[in-house]
Formats: sequence, C-alpha cells, structure tokens
Amino acid sequence: MSDTRFSWRRCMAMIGKESRQIARDPSTWLIAFVLPVVLLFLFGYAINLDSARANIGVALLDDSAPAHSLALAYTQSPHFAARVERSVAPLRAAMVADEIRAIVVIPQGFGRGEARGAPPPVQIIADGSQPNQASLMTAYAEGLRAAWARGRLAEGGPTPAPPITVNTRVWFNPGLNSRWFLIPGAIAIVMTLIGTLLTSLVIAREWERGTMEAMMATPMRMTEFLAAKIVPYFALAQISMGMCVVLAMVQFGLPMHGSVFALLLVSSAYLLPALGQGLLISAATKNQFVASQLALITSFLPTFLLSGFLYEISSMPWLIRMITLIVPARYLIPSLQTVFLSGDVWSLLLPNVAVLALFGAFFFHRCYRATRRSLDR
Amino acid sequence: MSGAWTRLRAVIIKEMWALWNDPRARTTLFLPPMLQLMLFSFAATLEVRNVELGLLDRAGGNASTELVQRIMGSGNFSTVHQFASPTELREAIDNQDVLAAIVIEPDFDRKIARGEPASIGLVLDGRRSNAAQIVGGYIGAIAGGMGADLGGAQMRAGGSSQVVNWFNPNLSFIWFNLPALIVIIVSISGLAITGQVVAREREMGTFEQLMVSPLRVSEILIGKMTPTFIVGMANGMLYLVAAKLVFGVPFTGSFLPFVIALAAFNISLIGVGLAISAASKTQQQAFLGAFLATNPVMLLSGFSSPIENMPGWLQVLTYANPARWFLQISLGTFLKDMPAAVVFGLTWPMVLIGLATLSSAAWLFRARME
Repeated sequence: MSDTRFSWRRCMAMIGKESRQIARDPSTWLIAFVLPVVLLFLFGYAINLDSARANIGVALLDDSAPAHSLALAYTQSPHFAARVERSVAPLRAAMVADEIRAIVVIPQGFGRGEARGAPPPVQIIADGSQPNQASLMTAYAEGLRAAWARGRLAEGGPTPAPPITVNTRVWFNPGLNSRWFLIPGAIAIVMTLIGTLLTSLVIAREWERGTMEAMMATPMRMTEFLAAKIVPYFALAQISMGMCVVLAMVQFGLPMHGSVFALLLVSSAYLLPALGQGLLISAATKNQFVASQLALITSFLPTFLLSGFLYEISSMPWLIRMITLIVPARYLIPSLQTVFLSGDVWSLLLPNVAVLALFGAFFFHRCYRATRRSLDR
Repeated sequence: MSGAWTRLRAVIIKEMWALWNDPRARTTLFLPPMLQLMLFSFAATLEVRNVELGLLDRAGGNASTELVQRIMGSGNFSTVHQFASPTELREAIDNQDVLAAIVIEPDFDRKIARGEPASIGLVLDGRRSNAAQIVGGYIGAIAGGMGADLGGAQMRAGGSSQVVNWFNPNLSFIWFNLPALIVIIVSISGLAITGQVVAREREMGTFEQLMVSPLRVSEILIGKMTPTFIVGMANGMLYLVAAKLVFGVPFTGSFLPFVIALAAFNISLIGVGLAISAASKTQQQAFLGAFLATNPVMLLSGFSSPIENMPGWLQVLTYANPARWFLQISLGTFLKDMPAAVVFGLTWPMVLIGLATLSSAAWLFRARME
C-alpha cells in the first residue's frame, strides 16, 4: 500500500474485479439466494406462536346430562381435538407419552351441583413440561367452560354481563399474526448472514491462500482496498434483501406501510456494522474455520437470541439486557417491523439508524487498524 | 477378522488424534457449546416480564386506581407511563416506549359504583404480536378477577375451574429450556464437527492417502464417526449434570433409556453431518451445508414453537428430524418420568434416520472415491 492519491478509476476497477470473483463463487449463491428462501419459509411456517387445534383429554367422571353437555362442548370446539375417557389414568399415560397437552376433569356430582346453582369446580390439568403451551391451554379450556356456563344460565333467563370487559384494539397487526412480526426478524438474520458470515468466510480464505498479500503489494490505497471489498457485498446484501421483501409481501402477505427510501436507509445503516464486523473477523483470524465459528458466535447467535427477534428483551436478566445493547440487530429489527407494519415513524427510525452508523464507524476503524498492522508484520 | 480389528483400531486412533491435535478444532469442541448453554438458558424465554405499560386514565376515581394497582401488583409490569391525551398515547406506542396502553373512560367509576357493566380499552402494539398477545391475556385475567370480586354471588352461579400444572407446577421456563437445550446444542455442535471431517481431508489432500490405504469405506466411516460420537455423548452428559446440579431441573426418569436414546440421536446426527461432508468439495461448502441443515433441525424440533401449531405438511416433515424425537424424550425423561417403553417407541425413528443418512453418506463417499 503506497502513498499514491485516491483514484476513482483504480477503485472502480477493483470493485469490478471483486464483483466478478464473488459472482463466480458457489457459496455466494448459496448464502445470498438459497439460504434466504429456506430461512424465510422456515420462519414463516415453522414458528407459529398462535396456537392451533390442540389435542386434549376430557375425563368424564359424572354421568349427568350437564356433564355430557360440557364434554360435548369440548369435543365440538374447533380449538380442541378432545378424547373422552371415564377416568383420569389413561389420560395421564397419554400426557406422559406427549399425545395430549391438557386434561379437563368433569368431577363427580357435577350435574347435581349444577342443578343447585353451585357446581363443583372443573379441574384443568395442563402439561407443564411446555410452560408456554400450558398457560395457553388452560386459558382456552377455561374460556370454553365459562362460555358453556353462560350459555346454560342464559337458558334459564337473562344473565348478568361480566362487570368489567376489556375492549382490545391491536394496532399495526389487527389479526395478531405472529408471522408479521417474525418475517422482518428473519430478514434481519439473512442480512447478518450475508454481511458478516459470508464476508468473513470469503475474505479469510483470501488471507489463507495469500492472495491478500498479492493485492496489497499493488499501489492501491487502504480506502480503495476497503471499498473494493465492501461495495460488492453491500450490493449483494441489498439484492438479497429486495428478494426477501418481495417474498414477504407476495408469499406471506405482509403489508408495506413505510417507504422504500426508509427501508433502504435502515438496511444500509445495518450493513455498515455487519460488513465491518465480517471484515474485522477475517482480518483478525485469517483462517476460514476460526472465522466461521467466530462469525456464528458473535453475529448469528446474538441476532437470533439477543435482538428481540423471538425472545422479549425485557424478560431477560439485567446482565443479558445490558449485553443486548451492543447487538446491532436489536436496532434493526424494530425498525424493519415499523417500516413494514406501521410506516415511516422517523422518531423511532432515526435514532436507530444513528446507533447503527456509530457501530459501523467503530468496526471500520478497528478494521483499518487491524489490516494495516498485519501488513507491517 | 483380526486384521479388520487392527485396521479399525488404527483408524479410530488416527481420527482421535486428528481432532485433538488441531488446537482450533479442540477449542470449538467444548467452548462454543458451553457459551451457547449460558446464553440460551438465560435469554431464550418466551415469558413476558418487565413490560412498560401506558395509562390514559380519564376517570381517576377509586375503581380505576384499584385496577391499576392490581395490574402493577401482578409482577409482570415494570413501569406505568401516565398519558394526558390520546396523542401522547399514540406517540408512545409508535416509538415503542410502551408495549400496551390502557384507556379508562370518565364514566368507569360511576358505572362500577352503580353496579353496571363497565369496560376499559386496551391498545396493543401488534408489531410485537407475541408479547402483545400475552400482555392482553394478563390484563384480561386481572380485569376478570376484579370483576368477579365485584360481581359476587351472581358470577359464582356459573361455576369455576381449578388449574393444575403437572410435571412443572410453577411453570418454570428453565425446566423446559434446559432439557430442550441439550437437544439443540448437541445438534449444533454435532453437525458442525462432522460436517468438517471429510471435507478437511479433501482440501488438505490427505484424502488420497486414505484412498490408497487398505481401509474399507465402512472402516473409514466408523473411524470418522467415533470421535464425534464420543464428543457428542460427553457434551450430552455434561449438560445433563449441569441441568440437574446448576439449574436444579429434576431428572425423574431412568438413566439407561435416556443414554440409549442419546446414542441413537448422536448417530443420526453424525449421519447427516457425514453426508454433507462427503458431498462438499471444500471446507467452506461443508460449513455452509452444516449451517443450512442446522436451521431446520432447530426450528422443526418443537423448541422454538410447538409442532402442533405448524401446517400439516410441515408436521409430516418433522418426522425426518431426529431432534424432534429426542426433544420429546429429553423433556419426558427429565420432567415426566417417561416409561422405558415410551422412550424406546420414540427412539426407533432416530435409528431409521441414522441408517438412512449413514448409508447415503457411505454411498456419497464411495462416489467421491471413484
């Protein structure tokens, strides 16, 4: 690297060379186009936090007409696939074998109690080994029982309305479709994979093979060199991002309330730290295997776990919450969700973009120094 | 026969050395899995706590104050931001300062005092739909509880229910998370390590040396499997002990069926990893292939979201995922005292997957040799 002045011609020539090299590499195609489609489909279909039809058991211990009517209410409900038994024991075995998620026990004397206006409580047993499902199941099962009881009372005359009702309105996602909230997160993961994983792998290979030194022996300047490495990956990530956005809208029906400009701004701001991190990892390790492991641990896993993508940050212990502050994806995912579902809320987007740009500046500074130092050796 | 044994022993020892002598590979055997265990077990929770709540209280009387106190007392909310106008509420939701906001109309206290049905408004941020849904559930339950206290005898005529959670009475998330993480982390590291073994030799050029040696394909493959198998079993055991001693998760089932299932699980994973490794030309391709396979193994296991919520065609696909079976076994053995017969019933699909993947790995390997 010499002290010649920055030259646009040289820089463009280098970018052209790098782009052709990237286009010829099969791993590029795999990460930039195959992996995003696979991931988007997986996240779109595999992760569904909205409970569908669940298998439950009904233990009918009473032979009265009301007891049978309640059991029927469970078997006919579209939310449950209910299996009715005359005792709890076979249902317990079914729950141990993971065949049913909950058991509704209609106790002895249910009919007699109901006739007197004071039925004994129905027991709802949930499979606690899946805590989230357990609380959903008990809520649904109790909701169905309460609705059945209101229906029974209505047959006997006018019923009192519950004293306090909650009128819920959900903004930005009226159907509470968990896919609408997961797909923007999946796009963030795709951008992390291209920005950090692909970049670090490919450039580490150049260090391993020694082609990096060959390039550095040319009269190219440091800034030209960094630009030549970054611009093609930046473009690749944006193309892949565009593909994901189209897929999200066409295949998964996500709305797009924000502008293309906001989307480009947010994604460009995120690519700065992502690419910077990838370059830094490759310059620091100069080894494909170590680079791949480091990229997974420092970028993919945090993006998956510590960004609020799937797990709520507010629920984590204090120390982990502090760590999430330095995970760039944490600033990207709410921005993407906002652009898709709510619109250009600049008061939310601009601070996030600023933080991402700051992270980017930090990584590029480290990168600049790491590359220069390694050349002196 | 004794010649076969000598060869087999030699190739196993060679593979053990190859794995152990590479200092980089050595650190990746145990360090990343330990890191993942720490990170996952504390971060991966689907619970919703410390929620920031907004409040637009236009009544300000006793009843609305009581409702707010009940909400704050539930322990799931950290702060209540008071709003003076709907504009403030909208801005706070837009900027994600609050996840949910309660709106209490001026006539709320009057209606409650007269015993008339009253209602409150709840605005949720649908961009975080899962957390919003859970918070909606919390608030609904609290409002319902307050209503039941006010409603008295009239409400009780409808009967009630009593909720019990078997196997995990307090619905502790850690009790679900650690048995599930054994599965996830053993899959991630198993695929990552086996993915490399054949590809590395090809890239280094030592693959040709293996080909000219008198070893049979099956012997080479067994040699390649053994070290990863040992590492996988050791990692699995390590987490079992950590889950019980460090995190206090009860281990109610029997040990032996669990170990047999863990072995079957490891073999099926190694089969997938070897097939990927044999199909790749370079280490980089092997790494990417293993990564590509890790995602469906993780997401289709029932860890991130229950299998019964997936569309039918995807549920069928999960049968081919060894992690799906071992996750059921792990949760069952830890928490449910799962009988050995049930454990073995869930083990044989993994054996079938192992046979299928190992034979395809052998086929690919032979194809590469020719």
